[in-house]
Amino acid sequence: MIAFKKPTDIIENTPVSFLRMIINYQNYSFKNIFDLSLGLDLSGGSHLVFEADTSKLEASKKEQAIKSLRNVIEKRVNLFGLSESNVQTSSFEGKDRIIVELPGINDPKEAANSIGQTAQLVFVEVKEGSPSATIVPTGLTGADLASSKVVFDQNTGKPSVSFEVINESQNKFAEVTKRLIGKRMIIFLDQVVVTDAIVQDTLTTNGQVTGNFTVDEANEMSDLLNSGALPVPVKLVEEKTVGATLGADSVLKSVKAGIVGLVMVMLFMILIYGKYGVIADIALVIFGIITLAIYKLVPITLTLPGIAGFLLSVGMAVDSNILIFERLKEEIKNRPLVSALEISFGRAWDSIRDANVATLVTAFILANPLDWSFLHVSGPVRGFAITLALGIGISLFTGIVVSRNLLRLFAREEKRI
Amino acid sequence: MISKAWPTASVNWMKYRLLYFAISAIFLSAGIFSLLKWGLNLGIDFTGGVVTEYQLPNGEIKNEKYGVKSEEEINKIRKDIKTQGFKELRFEVVGPAIGPELIKKTLYALEISAILILFWVAIQFRSIKFGVSAILAMIHDSLILVGGFSLLGHFMGVEIDFLFVTAVLTILSFSVHDTIVVYDRIREKQRKYDPMLGSDMTKIANSALTETMVRSINNSFTIIFMLLALVLVGGDTIRWFGVALLIGTISGTYSSPFVAVPILVTWEEISNRFKNREKKLKK
Repeated sequence: MIAFKKPTDIIENTPVSFLRMIINYQNYSFKNIFDLSLGLDLSGGSHLVFEADTSKLEASKKEQAIKSLRNVIEKRVNLFGLSESNVQTSSFEGKDRIIVELPGINDPKEAANSIGQTAQLVFVEVKEGSPSATIVPTGLTGADLASSKVVFDQNTGKPSVSFEVINESQNKFAEVTKRLIGKRMIIFLDQVVVTDAIVQDTLTTNGQVTGNFTVDEANEMSDLLNSGALPVPVKLVEEKTVGATLGADSVLKSVKAGIVGLVMVMLFMILIYGKYGVIADIALVIFGIITLAIYKLVPITLTLPGIAGFLLSVGMAVDSNILIFERLKEEIKNRPLVSALEISFGRAWDSIRDANVATLVTAFILANPLDWSFLHVSGPVRGFAITLALGIGISLFTGIVVSRNLLRLFAREEKRI
Repeated sequence: MISKAWPTASVNWMKYRLLYFAISAIFLSAGIFSLLKWGLNLGIDFTGGVVTEYQLPNGEIKNEKYGVKSEEEINKIRKDIKTQGFKELRFEVVGPAIGPELIKKTLYALEISAILILFWVAIQFRSIKFGVSAILAMIHDSLILVGGFSLLGHFMGVEIDFLFVTAVLTILSFSVHDTIVVYDRIREKQRKYDPMLGSDMTKIANSALTETMVRSINNSFTIIFMLLALVLVGGDTIRWFGVALLIGTISGTYSSPFVAVPILVTWEEISNRFKNREKKLKK
């Protein structure tokens, strides 16, 4: 039997703030300001991919089966009490997959096992007795159900859930329900109560669960009954588990890499372009702050490749400035500074736009925001593409708006002197 | 520093076209030779298998790699780490079906991005020649990168993983990014008729390359700095990803002026020769 971890058992380490780490490191008091949400490779956690065996199903029932399967898995995952877990489906060349992301889990093996178990729907009866009531399986399971759907009462308009029994089980069903008329019968899905009902009548071919449900509740119950009725076996085909310590180590190292890289770039810009380089550096710092703010607001889940995407976009953000400055070198030969500046911006903009659109196109394909099933729907590629695309978008803004206005201001001062 | 003293003379870059092609040919053939002879050292993302990383009580970190295993075997590996008192840092299991799927999806992504970029460049520069030579430079860069990793795989045991795929795709866009900046200058010079240059593609290309060379190099330096930092202090997980991006960035910077533009100029020359011949024939 499956035992689920209580929410309190799970280490509360998501989201961990990577900035908080550096700040703590320096005994600073700015905690929680930049609480960024971190992906599994940084916060620690498990990435599980299950493959559904739909070979025994008719094509028409497949979609419904996958939908129910996803719902059941989501329910099971929710029982782990992880706030940022994520369940998604992917279908590629007839293979249906369920991708589960569990941040900060402490027993990934058990999690994988309990998630991957075939949905088990069981009907139990309640034997009243002293000192307490006990539940006894009736022998009826989800395998006895053919299908289930939500129906609305013709008189009251209230939703209820109807189900049909497969031919082979009709005798068994009739026998059990006849015996239990007026008594409680509970339906469990993986130890969770789906419904707790009083048997009203002898049921043979079909039955109905009535009660005070909302439409949503009825739909959910019907899904659960369907998933019990259509057990789709799943197989774990991929597991990637990263321990929290390794994740934290990666965070520290990439932050260090980021800082070292940034300092080198900033020094280089000042070395090559002098005071203009200082302006580019200010624009770069603003770029960094806006990017962090957007990561926090959206929020963007940062992964290791995501950080790499960000670092690469820093390089591209500086490029806008380099293009403008190089142009300025040429234009300044023929014109006064102020007009040379404006012309440089105008001309450099064409290159900046055309070049960045090409990168954005690739980032778009890699990020696959429309969830095209023939491309990557999850994982590191996506994390990388999202931060790269965001970086390019923001760099267009800071390169053109921020650098431009700073340079204008600078040119005006220069003129006054 | 930005000052008025800057060289104006245009360098005759195109004169050494054969040299550039020869340099590319050397690197390409080394890479392709290695690819054909040794292939790629594929990691478990492609082949399927198990990778574990764990810490011994004395702080030492160990890595272990296995081929495709059954569920019981995987559970045993996991249990062994636990019973020996080691701390599990990383545990990856990849089924054998994942690799081919990964390759297919990547190829689709490659095809779509290449086609979209080709269209974008062709429309933006109103010429299919620009688009095709940009794509050829892009293929050049990815071959150098993949070939380079085939060599690294053979001599240093570097594995190709999921991140490498990301690196290849990024380099494609970087390569085009850099090429477009040069193209843009060529387009500008074509539009703005300069009596010194005329409509001669070779002269225009020389002048455009002279003007964009410093920018290309400076820009690559900034990216190289970021990547070097990633390689040197970014940690093991991401080191080879950084190296892949580094090789790609260098190749991408080289290929814009020395592959894409020479191809464009050569193509232009050949098609002009044909046009002239036709004109002569008509006369």
